[in-house]
Amino acid sequence: MSATEIVFDNISKFYGEVLGVNRVHLSIPPGITSLVGPNGSGKTTLMNLMTGLLQPTEGTVRVLGLSPSDPEALFRKLGYCAQFDSFPKGASGRSFILGYLGVHGMTGREAREKTERALERVGLRDAAGRRVAAYSKGMRQRIKLAQALAHEPDVLVLDEPLNGLDPMARAEMIALFQELAGSGRHLIISSHILHEVDLISDQVILLNEGYVVAEGNIRGVRSEMQDRPLQVVIRCDHPTVLASRVFGLDSVVEARIHDDGAGLLVSTKDARKFFLLLNRVVLDCGLKIEAVAPADEDVHAVYQYLIGDEGQTQ
Amino acid sequence: MNRLWLRQIATVARLEVAKSLFTLRAAPLYLLAGIPVVAVGLILFFMIVFGDAPEELGTVGGTAMFYAHIYQVFILRIVIYTGCVWLFMNLFRGEVLDRSLHYYFLAPIRREVLVAGKFAAGLISAALLFVGTTVASLFLLYAHAGPLAALEHLVGGAGLGQLAGYVGVTLLACLGYGAVFLTIGLLLRNPIVPALLIFLWELINPFLPSLLKKISVVFYLEALLPVRIEDGPFAVIADPVSAWLAVPGLLIFAAVVLACAGWRIRRMEVSYGVD
Repeated sequence: MSATEIVFDNISKFYGEVLGVNRVHLSIPPGITSLVGPNGSGKTTLMNLMTGLLQPTEGTVRVLGLSPSDPEALFRKLGYCAQFDSFPKGASGRSFILGYLGVHGMTGREAREKTERALERVGLRDAAGRRVAAYSKGMRQRIKLAQALAHEPDVLVLDEPLNGLDPMARAEMIALFQELAGSGRHLIISSHILHEVDLISDQVILLNEGYVVAEGNIRGVRSEMQDRPLQVVIRCDHPTVLASRVFGLDSVVEARIHDDGAGLLVSTKDARKFFLLLNRVVLDCGLKIEAVAPADEDVHAVYQYLIGDEGQTQ
Repeated sequence: MNRLWLRQIATVARLEVAKSLFTLRAAPLYLLAGIPVVAVGLILFFMIVFGDAPEELGTVGGTAMFYAHIYQVFILRIVIYTGCVWLFMNLFRGEVLDRSLHYYFLAPIRREVLVAGKFAAGLISAALLFVGTTVASLFLLYAHAGPLAALEHLVGGAGLGQLAGYVGVTLLACLGYGAVFLTIGLLLRNPIVPALLIFLWELINPFLPSLLKKISVVFYLEALLPVRIEDGPFAVIADPVSAWLAVPGLLIFAAVVLACAGWRIRRMEVSYGVD
């Protein structure tokens, strides 16, 4: 069993007769991994199984070689920012973090230092003395995040961590996630906000109705979907000329002039062959190309193809 | 038990005592613990105002017997019992209702150690409240004889032994009932019904057959009371249990019940949605 990966081995979880997740096999390497899927697809179930809040009906989970049934070892390496928007009664931001660091067995001084560092990281030092009950949604989200990362874990599991944050705070949190992942940590993030998932993820896991429908680097996932032609946007000075030439190529299944008249959207079933032939067409016609970019090689497109519109919010 | 566990138990106990005694949830406990003191205070007030003292309070022995009634019938069976139900059931049940139990489950602490820490917190809180109310009401009752007479009884007479006896029984009651209700709070979603059933069982204990009497906490506690009162004409007389059996028996009982709580919590899942 790998001590550097998070491994789900044939994991199933049923809530009575209701399926949570079924036959999940995953090996998650370090970096940012996003869990993507509609509501009820099994994202939170996977996170709760990883952290021992739920116990699998079948199969085993290992986080860096550790079992979730061994909290003493696991939670020195793992921090979980759960979706529950609730806090111990009467706690201030600072006492909330400090209290649970005490449960780790830290000395008072060590706990205070780590608390202040965590508060600094999420930008809540000034409000740390106030009661959490009086915090805004975004502040509550940030204090939960501070609590999860205060003990500087190797694995951070974050359930919808960007919910309720304003754009500025989102940008700050994303920068923090990238910094944490850059230092070799695992970040497992669930999110509905697909363009942000696209921006930050090293790999994605797409879930639907309790099953993993795709996993890996998003370009890799997209390239495996051979029944879906790749869409390429080409912006150039004479898109109509280009359109007439690419129609003749057998790798092209569709070519459409862009609405603004300055580009062409091409669907191809063999991207590599198409790009080789495109070079020749461009040279032959003397076209000036401004940009060539895949139009459906992102999480949003892959989500649409594999899961559809259900449950998607942004 | 290693040093880390002890530190963790101390931390959990500190956090939970603060929650048990210094939040709004503690208000009913303070009210409950205050009732015996207020009741004794009212008795004294009427004695002073109307100059009409109950006959029993005329002597030190009578006062001891009068307090024994108050303690056995009211403080032990109602105040301490109800207080322990509220306090110990809320240790886990309250956190499930507040949706904050997962923070403990996500900390590097063995769940059995968490049970120990929470139980210690419950015991400290209950002891502070109910030993406090036991001692305060006893002192207040003896105060009618004058501070000097009360002091003489407590220091020179049997008073100190009786006080120690009541404090010991109160602590053992908190221990026994606390273990039961902490575990029930972990096992059941609605612990009120079993709490009521156990209350009735403890209430009818004097009238139960000898064998059934022994399946209770109050039977062993009553055996330890410094001043015994009659249970009435319909009570079934059973062989009394010696202190040498009652005290270790209650301690072992509490340990076994807490072991059940430890077994349960290891398998516990956090899914607030169904609670």
